[in-house]
Formats: sequence, C-alpha cells, structure tokens
Amino acid sequence: MFSYEFMRRAMIAILIISPLFGMVGTMIVQKKMAYFSDALGHSALTGIAVGVICGIGNTTISMMIFAVCFALLLNYISRKGLSSSDTLISVFASCATALGLAILSRGGNFSNYSALLVGDVLSISWVEIFELIGLFFLILVFWWISINRLTAISIHPTLAKSRSISVRVMEDAFAVLVALLVMLSVRWVGILLINALLILPAASSRNISTNFREYTYFSMIFSLFSGVVGLTVSYFTDMATGPMIVIVASVIYFATYIYGKDRA
Amino acid sequence: MKKIIPCGFHCIKIKNLGVSFGDQLVLDNINLHIHCGQMTAVIGRNGAGKSTLVRAILNEVPHTGEIRFENKMSHQIGNLRIGYVPQSINIDKSTPLSVYDLFQSFTGSLPILLRNKKEYDHVKEALDEFDVGELIDQPVGTLSGGQLQRVLLAMAVHDTPNLLILDEPVSGIDKVGMDAFYEKMKYLKETHDLAIIVVSHDLDYVYKYADNAILIDKTVTAAGSPKQVFETGAFANVFGKGAAGNV
Repeated sequence: MFSYEFMRRAMIAILIISPLFGMVGTMIVQKKMAYFSDALGHSALTGIAVGVICGIGNTTISMMIFAVCFALLLNYISRKGLSSSDTLISVFASCATALGLAILSRGGNFSNYSALLVGDVLSISWVEIFELIGLFFLILVFWWISINRLTAISIHPTLAKSRSISVRVMEDAFAVLVALLVMLSVRWVGILLINALLILPAASSRNISTNFREYTYFSMIFSLFSGVVGLTVSYFTDMATGPMIVIVASVIYFATYIYGKDRA
Repeated sequence: MKKIIPCGFHCIKIKNLGVSFGDQLVLDNINLHIHCGQMTAVIGRNGAGKSTLVRAILNEVPHTGEIRFENKMSHQIGNLRIGYVPQSINIDKSTPLSVYDLFQSFTGSLPILLRNKKEYDHVKEALDEFDVGELIDQPVGTLSGGQLQRVLLAMAVHDTPNLLILDEPVSGIDKVGMDAFYEKMKYLKETHDLAIIVVSHDLDYVYKYADNAILIDKTVTAAGSPKQVFETGAFANVFGKGAAGNV
C-alpha cells in the first residue's frame, strides 16, 4: 500500500495527528470539555463560511481565526456562569453551525464542502504535513510547561488559585490550543468524527489507568494504534479512513471497559 | 518544611472587608486580626457567608476593604503566603490520578508525565509528616475522607505558608479522623508558627482546640475566646440556647 505517494503521506499525517489527539484528549476528558471540543469541530463550517464571505482564499486561516475567537467566547460565557455551560455551548454551537450551513449552501453549492463532514486524509499535501509537525512541537512544549497546572485546575480551581496558578490564562491557552488542533486536522478527520478521536482514546485509557502517566501514555498508544490500523483497514476494504479509525477506537474502548470492570 | 520558633509577632489584619454579588450584600464590614501561632475558628449558620469569607481572603471573589500581613514589631508589610485546604475536591473514583500526581500538580515543576527519584522522595517526605507517605502511589479516588484531608494538608503546608485556611470537612471523616486532624492542626500552629483559620461546623472541636472564635452572619456578630462567644446572645440565636451547654 505504500507504493502510493498519497498513502505514504496519509500514514505520516496519522502518525503525527493521532498521538497528539490522544494526549490533548486526556485533558479534555479530565476537564469534562467533550461538549466544548465538539462545538469547536462544528464551528469549522462557520469559519469556512466567514472565509468565503470575506474573500479569504485560504479558508484554513479563516477557520483558525474563527475557532480561536469562538473558543475564547465560550470560555468567557462559561465563566460568567449565567446558565449551565453545556446548554450555553450547545446554543452557541448550533447557532454557529446553522450560520455556516446557511452561508455555504447559498446557490445550492454545499456539495463542494460536504467532504469536510467525513474528512479525507488521503488528500493531504506535504505542506499541510509540515503544518501539522509545527503544531505537534507547539503542543508538546505547551504540555511540558502546563500539564501540572492544567491538572491542578481540573481538580480544584480555587485551590489552584491559592497556589498562584493563573486559572483564566491557562484555561484560555488550552482552549486556543484545542481550537488550533481541531482546525488543522478537521479536513483530514471530518467534522462528524473529530470529537470521537479526541475523546475515545482518553476515555479508554481512563478505564485502566491508576495514575496520570499511564493515563497519558495509554491514551497516546490507543490513539496511534487506532489511526494506523484504521488507515490500513480502510485501504484494503476501500472504505473511508476517518470512520474506520473511530471504529477501531470504539472497539478498544469497549475492550478496556470490560477489562477495567473485571479488575475493579 | 522547616520548623520555626513561634514568635507571635506576625498578624493578618482584615479591615472593613465586604463582598456583594450583584445587589446582594453577602459580607459587610468584617474586621479581624489573626495572629500567628493561633487558631481562629469561623462559625455561623448555613449561608452566613463563611465560605465567601474564605474565598474573599483567597482573592477568589472581588471584595472591598483590605487584607494585610504585618510584622507587629517593624510594621513592615509582607507578602502573605496562604495554604488552603478545601472541603473536598472534584475527584471521582475513576480519576487516573495518584496521590503523587495530585501533590506534584499543585506544588511541583516536574511534569507529572515524568517521574524521578528525587521528586518522588521529596513528595513522600512531605506526606510522611502527615502519616500518609505509604499512600503515595494510590489513586486519589480510593482514599478515605480522612486520608484525603491529610494529603491536602500536607500540600497546604508544604511551602511554609503564613496563613493556613481550612474548610472543615462535613462528611467522610469519623471521630477518630477528626481528632487526628485537629491534633495535627494544634501541632502545626505550635511548631510552625502558623496562623490558622478554620471554617468549622463542629462546636465541640472549636471549643476544645480554637484560640479564638468568630461568629459571623453577614458581619462579625461575636468574637473572642470560644467560651466568650458561646455565651453571647448572638450565639444562642443561631445555635439555640442549649448548644453551648454540652461542650
């Protein structure tokens, strides 16, 4: 299968994205932000729509700018605490998605964008792979510096604050990072499935881990394994890659669930 | 943590502290002096503003008035380091977090994705001071209320704060656990020269262990030694006339 250039590129992309998803996913699950990342994925449509309206040729840039603003807005609103945050996130996500769909469907052109829903990792170019490598190192550095503080905040924000951890800055930085990761990979994974890839490996790892190192490393391994196996199976069965990866990840989840239950 | 000889010269002064949420006045005109080497208990009915007072001191809610940390001899104003022990933490049973991870995430700089012997021993030593060193590798979700409390206490005093603020746990700790908790507190204030504020729900312990008691209901309605406060009319209004009788 590696005689094809596009398969080689796809495999490299998977090798970069999937461990990253496994790692970032651990914190999304730990901070109970699954809804948040789902909303971000959907906002990709709006980001593209904004790009189309403003005449920005490279819609990845408009997607990223929109997603970062959207993420910060969601954080701001959650902090206000006016209504429960899952409701608010849902309201804003639906609103943004509807807006994006409405604009992109103008003149019956939505079929141009429907590939975005399921994603297509086979069409990734070398330039885009280098973007992902850049993001990979950015997130790695951030993780190194911030993982302790992020964990502390997830356990008890007030206690974290009493130890001079700037809760707001850390939360915003993490939200921006998730936004960038989602936007740079949504084309290859697809809007419908991107959240599954963020959540499933971490949730599987949670089933069997007793400390944070196990949690992170198992999650990265599960994610990498799902990616590689999913891509390979999709090649030989001639099915879409994104769904296949999610199917493998789901199987791992159920296996770890049963194993974890047995152990407990 | 190093042992320090108690000096009694440091004081935390809270002047005219007030907190409002919207139009609602939650705390008003709170004035307190909290001395090092003493335990001050904050008591009051539910909703009297005890937790809000703690959150204001921690700078978690906006407040008016001022909080100063002063050396009584030189009148120099120092930087107040606060150790805080919350009532409970957001941990469910399945949380993949060991006691080491919990400790290190709040106090250490080595990412919890790594581990080296030096850091590990350092954390163990801090936990040992509170007799929970052997729990270092246990998942936090499996600890009993009393064990968790001692881990949180070890974290709070780990970098020698001037002021220790404790939200007394209301559930999950039996009498033996509570006794141990307060004995440790007494030991800390005597040997480490700590000022301690404890938000308490248990008047027996306040009477036995606290040096000062403060009854609040939006503002300070009674202050003094526990005995003095328990004899006031304000106290009888909140807790009933018989409440002080059994201590």
